[in-house]
This record gives sequence, structure tokens and C-alpha cells, in this order.
Amino acid sequence: MSLGTPFTYLTAVLVVGITVVPLLFTALGGFRTNAQINAHPAGIPHPWITSNYTSVFTSAVFWQALGNSVIIAVVATALVLVFGSMAGYALSRYTFRGREGIYTLFTVGLLFPISAAALPLYLLLRQVGLLEHLIGVALPEAAFSLPVTIVILRPFMRAIPGEIEDAAVVDGASRLGFFWRILLPLSRPALTTVGVLAFVTSWNAYLLPMLVLSDPSDFTLPLGVAAFQSQYTQDTARVLAYTAASMLPALGLFVFAERHLVGGLTGSVKG
Amino acid sequence: MTIEKGQTATLAATTRTPAGRANARPARRRAGWGKRLELVLLLGPALIMFVGFVLAPIVAAVYYGFFKWTGFSPREPYGFGNYRRALHDTVFVHAIGHNLIIAVLSVIIQLPLSIGLALLLNRRIRGRRFLRLVVFAPYVLSEAITAVVWSLMLQPDGLVDHVFRGVGLGGLIHQWLANTHIVLYTLFVVITWKYIGFGIILLLAGLQNIPRELHEAAAIDGASAWHTTRRIVLPLLGPTIRIWIFLSVIGSLQLFDLVWIMTLGGPADASNTMANYLLEHGFTSYQFGYGSAVAVILFVICFAFALIYQRFALRRDTEGALTRIVG
Repeated sequence: MSLGTPFTYLTAVLVVGITVVPLLFTALGGFRTNAQINAHPAGIPHPWITSNYTSVFTSAVFWQALGNSVIIAVVATALVLVFGSMAGYALSRYTFRGREGIYTLFTVGLLFPISAAALPLYLLLRQVGLLEHLIGVALPEAAFSLPVTIVILRPFMRAIPGEIEDAAVVDGASRLGFFWRILLPLSRPALTTVGVLAFVTSWNAYLLPMLVLSDPSDFTLPLGVAAFQSQYTQDTARVLAYTAASMLPALGLFVFAERHLVGGLTGSVKG
Repeated sequence: MTIEKGQTATLAATTRTPAGRANARPARRRAGWGKRLELVLLLGPALIMFVGFVLAPIVAAVYYGFFKWTGFSPREPYGFGNYRRALHDTVFVHAIGHNLIIAVLSVIIQLPLSIGLALLLNRRIRGRRFLRLVVFAPYVLSEAITAVVWSLMLQPDGLVDHVFRGVGLGGLIHQWLANTHIVLYTLFVVITWKYIGFGIILLLAGLQNIPRELHEAAAIDGASAWHTTRRIVLPLLGPTIRIWIFLSVIGSLQLFDLVWIMTLGGPADASNTMANYLLEHGFTSYQFGYGSAVAVILFVICFAFALIYQRFALRRDTEGALTRIVG
């Protein structure tokens, strides 16, 4: 294969441009004044203003939203990893009646849109007193992440050779000991993938936090961004600074975990 | 714990491998309590969580759908009244239409675009890794961020308008989010920006599974690049493409966050979607019975699509979790 043609490079540049311009517009817009943005939306900051960013980073609103997002995403991810790996183990390496039925039940869950469940879920959370609590967001999010987790983990755990298990049994390991000391460490790549997937899903979620959390001090970053925009409709520069600031964690995580995320998405689709 | 320990050797022998399955029968009866206890411990939490927060709400929606109910007042039986009302409400019927338009546009515009870009990015060009990273970046940003950024860029006389004028297309400028004839297509462009990276990454993974030998063999046989792509690459990408179509259509049918934040379904319901309509009636105006009926319709449409698609398109792909879902 030849090294790309000019046409290839031109398309690549165009694609990068279309992808990056909105991100640059946001990040650079945060360094401008509203007057600058209104006069030349596509311009470069001149002069550079840092007050938008300093006001975002010194405000409690941003850090609170960041903290709430972290708490919810960490709890949801932990729940998915612990319960999902246990269920994945049972469904991959135990033989029992109803196993395939339970597995099918979980896979059908891939098709359940959270929007269709939203109203009864809201009522349920109200009934058990979890409305307005961060855990009231994390629990259902973890539940909705279980299907994809189990769909990825089961074939992975199944593929670990039986000889390893035999050796563990000979060495006196119980089945739960084998799970804890051997299967889980061996499953680390798959666990990382499902963990990253669950984390990103929770991090970006909008509908469920919107339903459950109404106090602005409980808002997650997506709720905060949307609320900030409607609150400061006239102050575009500040909205851009806030939005850019809330992009940072996701983009940072992405650069760090891109391989797992991509592997997980393509893997989950191929089974 | 002691019971378990005593049982584990038998258990291991019983359930270890697919080969173990054949002679598992006699041992299974002895496996008894220890194994059951382990299964309850291992499966219980996930099942409770899944049934409680995923299955039960869907079942409850089916039930609530038959009542007139605000969520606070006593429930008043209403038969299929909610369903009749929904299917006679032109706003909802149009919302279904909008979801379908987005789904169809995704397949006829995003798919060829993704395939083309994936083929390009699969070539050996400088900075390929960087390119892939960049193309995929919008996918990890939240819908909320995407919605806010694009709302600001699409403002009258905003960045998008300036770009159009800059390249001499000023005559095409419209009120992107305020024109009822355009708003849905504007949203589609934003959706494409946000999700195309996912399709490209998926297709790139599929491309990498095509053995190099096939390309070489085709080249030796004198096939042109176009013929190789059409006769070898695209057919071999078939499973990936079919899965992408499935995910894309399901996603289009469930579209919510972007619409809710950018337009709230407006102006004049021109960009309303099923999920948006559901939340608007069910939550904002507390019509829980009615909202539940709408949720059931949304769910049935998704499920029907999944079944039909599974029957006619995914059947050929033997491997893959999604093919097992409704099989």
C-alpha cells in the first residue's frame, strides 16, 4: 500500500478540523470577552482574558458538580464491577438449570432504554426514599450497566482454560477461592474495559440525574453545564469557560483509557 | 463455609468445562447445598439490582399505562384510553416520525460516511493514531456538553454563520434551531458530529480483521482498488455494518438528551422525539399514566425493530452477543 495520497490527507485535515473546531471554540472562547465573541465568533482571544476560567475554578458550583459526578460514577462502577463479575462467574463456570434463561434475561436488558423506565423508576426511588440522594442515581445506573458488563465478562471468563481451575482445586482452593485469587486477576483486561464503559456511561448520564436530583448542590457536571447555560444566557464567555472546564476530566480520562474504551466498545459488539 | 469446602471438589468436577457437562448428570445431585448457596451469593445481588431497577420499572410502566394517574392522586382505571390518546395525538405521531427520520438519515448518510472515513483512516498515513484519537473524542463528551457547545455555535450570527460567510456560502444561512423546517436536520448534523467516531472505530476494528492475504490475492488477480473494496472488503465488513445499523437505529429511536437540552422538542414540536414527549408529559406535567403508556409504545417500537432486524439481518452473523439477545 502506498503512503496516503494528497486526497487522503486533505480529507483527514477536514475531518480533524470539523471535529476539533467546536472544542477549540469552547476552550478559546473561555479566554475571550463577550464583546470579542459577539464581534468575531471564530476569532482568537485578543487580549487573552483569564477571569472567566478563574471564576469557574474558584466557584463552589463547579467543584461540587465535579465531586458529585465522581462520587456517582465511582459508586456505580464499583457496584457493576463487584456484582457483575460475581454474576459473570456464576453464569460462565457453573452448570445449573436456568443458567441460559438468566443470561438471556440480562442480554435482553441491553434493549431497555432508560427513558422507558424513567417514570416508574422515579416512583420507586421516591418510595424507598432515594430521591435527592446521589446513591439514587448510582444504583439504577449500575443496574443498567449490568447487561453489557455480563455480555462482555461471560465469554471472557469462559475462555479461561479448565486446567487452571483443576490445578487450583488440586492445590486446595475452593470455588470461591479460585474466583477471588485466580479468575479475577486473570480477567483484569475485561474488567478494566467494563469498568471504563460503566464509568463513562455514568459520567455522561443526563436523564437519570435530572429526574432524581433537583437541588443544584447535588448536580452532576452534565446537569451543571446545562443549568449554567440557561442561567447565564447573556454571558457566553463564562458558559464556554464552564463547559471547557467540564470537558477536561472526560478528555483526560479518554486519552488515558482510550484503548480500553475502544476495545470495550468493539468487543462488546462482537461478543 | 465448611459445607462449601467439602463440596467444592465435586463441584469443580461437575461444572468445569464444556466436556464436563456430558458426565455432569450423576454428580449434580450430590452437588446440593454448597453450590446453591454459592450461586445465590454470586448471582443474587446482580439479579436483585437488575430486576429491581431495570425489569420491574418496565413491567410497572405497562401496568401504569392502563390508568389515569398523576403519580400522587388515586389511580383511575382507563383501559386503553392512554394508548388511544397517544396514537391520536398528532404531536406524538410526528415525534415518532422524527425518530424514524433520524434513524433513516443515520443509515443513508452516516453509514457511507463512516465507511469512507474508516477506509481512509485504515491507510498508512502519517499521524494515524492521532487521527483516530481525535475522531473518537466527541463520542466521550457528554450529550450535555455537546448540546451546549453546539447551541452556542448555532446562535444567529454565531460561529457557524461566520464560517458559512467565510467560505462564501452566506446565502445558505438559516435560523438553524428556530426554523421548524430545518431544526431536525440541524440536530442530525450535531448527532453525526457526536457519534460518527463510534462508527469509524467499530469499522476500523472490522477492517483489521480482514486478512492481508485477501488484499494481496486480489492484487495479484489484477483487481482494482475499487473492485477489492466492493467485492472483498465490504462483504467482509457485513457483520460490523449490520451491528452498527442496529445500534444506530436503536439509538435514534431513543434520542433524548441532545433534543431536551438544545430545543426541548421545539420550535412548535418540530424536533420532538418519543422520549422527549414522554418526559414532557410524564414528568413535567405529572401525567404518569399517560407517560407510562408512551414509554410502553417507545419500548415496543424498539423491541419490534430488534426482533425483525434479528430475524432478517443479524441471523447470518452466528457470533456476537447481540445476535443472541432475542434468538
